Amino acid sequence: MTDTFAAPAAFTPPTRFAVPGRIAVSNRSAAVWQTATLTEIRRETPQAATFRFAVPAWAGHLPGQHLMLRLIAQDGYTAQRHYSIASAPDDDGHIELTLDHVAGGEVSGWFHTEAKPGDRVEVRGPLSGFFAWPGDRPALLVGAGSGVVPLMSMVRHHRARGLDVPLRLLVSARGPEELIYAREYGAETTPVFTRSAPRGVPAGRLAAAHLAPVLAGSGLPPGGWEAYVCGSNAFAEHASRLLVAAGQPVDRIRIERFG
Amino acid sequence: MNVTRGFTGRPRVHHPGLPPGQYDAGDDWPVLSAEVTPDLTPADWTFRVDGLVGEPRTWDWDEAHTLPESRYEGDIHCVTSWSKFGVRFGGVSLDAFLAAVRPDAAATHAVAYSHTGYTTNLPLADLTGGRAWIAWEYDGRPLTPEHGGPARLLVPHLYFWKSAKWIAGLRLLDHDEPGFWEQNGYHERGNPWEEQRYSGD
Ligand SMILES: Cc1cc2nc3c(=O)[nH]c(=O)nc-3n(C[C@H](O)[C@H](O)[C@H](O)COP(=O)(O)OP(=O)(O)OC[C@H]3O[C@@H](n4cnc5c(N)ncnc54)[C@H](O)[C@@H]3O)c2cc1C
Repeated sequence: MTDTFAAPAAFTPPTRFAVPGRIAVSNRSAAVWQTATLTEIRRETPQAATFRFAVPAWAGHLPGQHLMLRLIAQDGYTAQRHYSIASAPDDDGHIELTLDHVAGGEVSGWFHTEAKPGDRVEVRGPLSGFFAWPGDRPALLVGAGSGVVPLMSMVRHHRARGLDVPLRLLVSARGPEELIYAREYGAETTPVFTRSAPRGVPAGRLAAAHLAPVLAGSGLPPGGWEAYVCGSNAFAEHASRLLVAAGQPVDRIRIERFG
Repeated sequence: MNVTRGFTGRPRVHHPGLPPGQYDAGDDWPVLSAEVTPDLTPADWTFRVDGLVGEPRTWDWDEAHTLPESRYEGDIHCVTSWSKFGVRFGGVSLDAFLAAVRPDAAATHAVAYSHTGYTTNLPLADLTGGRAWIAWEYDGRPLTPEHGGPARLLVPHLYFWKSAKWIAGLRLLDHDEPGFWEQNGYHERGNPWEEQRYSGD
């Protein structure tokens, strides 16, 4: 895997807006299904839990990447979904995913009601370099709900490597109970509670006032931020508009929508 | 294949329209663009076809609307595994735009590009013969910005990342040139019936 932006394509479209450049990553492991053995389940919130897997031949990933996971029934029927990788790349042959329990969900339902250590599922990946963060540039992370999962991989990577490059996380949740990874956040993180907040903290949606401290004045690192936005489409639309309004360049906003 | 203990899955519905590995998203229409939804009005929108053609040409909104109207009613399939049945799009067949520019015999592929700079590559054969559209209506209404409005490319027989939102143009080439997701590990063609999701599939 390399950390460089890809060379420009031969054809550069003459356009008025700009998509962020991709981040080049290896594609070699994407085509192969591997067995992932569940080793541990950790509850995060009433709705979300973290699932740790042993994937001995895991090729490694960059923070922000996701994988494809499939469950296979006795008759050969399969259900496959994308999940972001929550763990930092640490080369120990394990990866972690954090899944929300979606009401009536086929795959998340199996994980939350049936799965136990020792169970085996199949994964292929890591996939998509677009949302990857190699740890090389200041990163402004904005997520909501389980959208914090790929961003947490970045925070963990930043810590594990002791990186100096600035990193800030704005994470939105309905209330403190629903905040995934609540115990792990440090000074880099500002939680935003939309429905119920601890005493003395106002509840409300992510707003311009949350972004101002990092996008104006001394909060803005030299060279600016690479922004990573992740969550539902409604949240991604809202957050990306706020970022643009606060001056974040459109071609430095990467968005992962969970659909 | 490893059978997953305790996994039965939803009741099997045999739907001949559902490609392998896909599920029916029902009324949902997930949005999966990787960039900020642009503020693009019909007055700002243009569509250009150039490259290996007899006569390159750019249409604005009104000019494009003078071409014969054409509809697609059928299914769409996203590489993230959802499919949507019986959707209705309105716009103009790509054949009408291509007829006006007269593609060279040497043209074999195209790069479709968006007003955002998003690109995707397609064999020219997938864009002709009544199988591709420039679409500006969904279900009888203007296509919304998050779904690619004012106008998007529509190539419903391929995975939906090929149907570039906020379409700005097509460049015809005599070779294949990978676009945004294709450079990112996705398949060059993306035929859902052969499950061509990632390069090497
Ligand atoms: C790039 C990417 C990364 C993602 N990362 C994460 C992550 O880190 N964590 C996470 O929790 N999620 C993540 N997601 C979302 C994840 O892929 C799944 O969409 C989610 O887990 C729901 O899947 P499911 O099988 O549980 O639910 P589904 O079975 O897909 O159901 C979803 C909803 O639709 C309804 N539904 C769908 N089909 C039917 C049907 N046939 N009959 C009845 N009802 C139906 C269900 O009732 C439910 O409300 C990610 C998505 C993407 C695209």
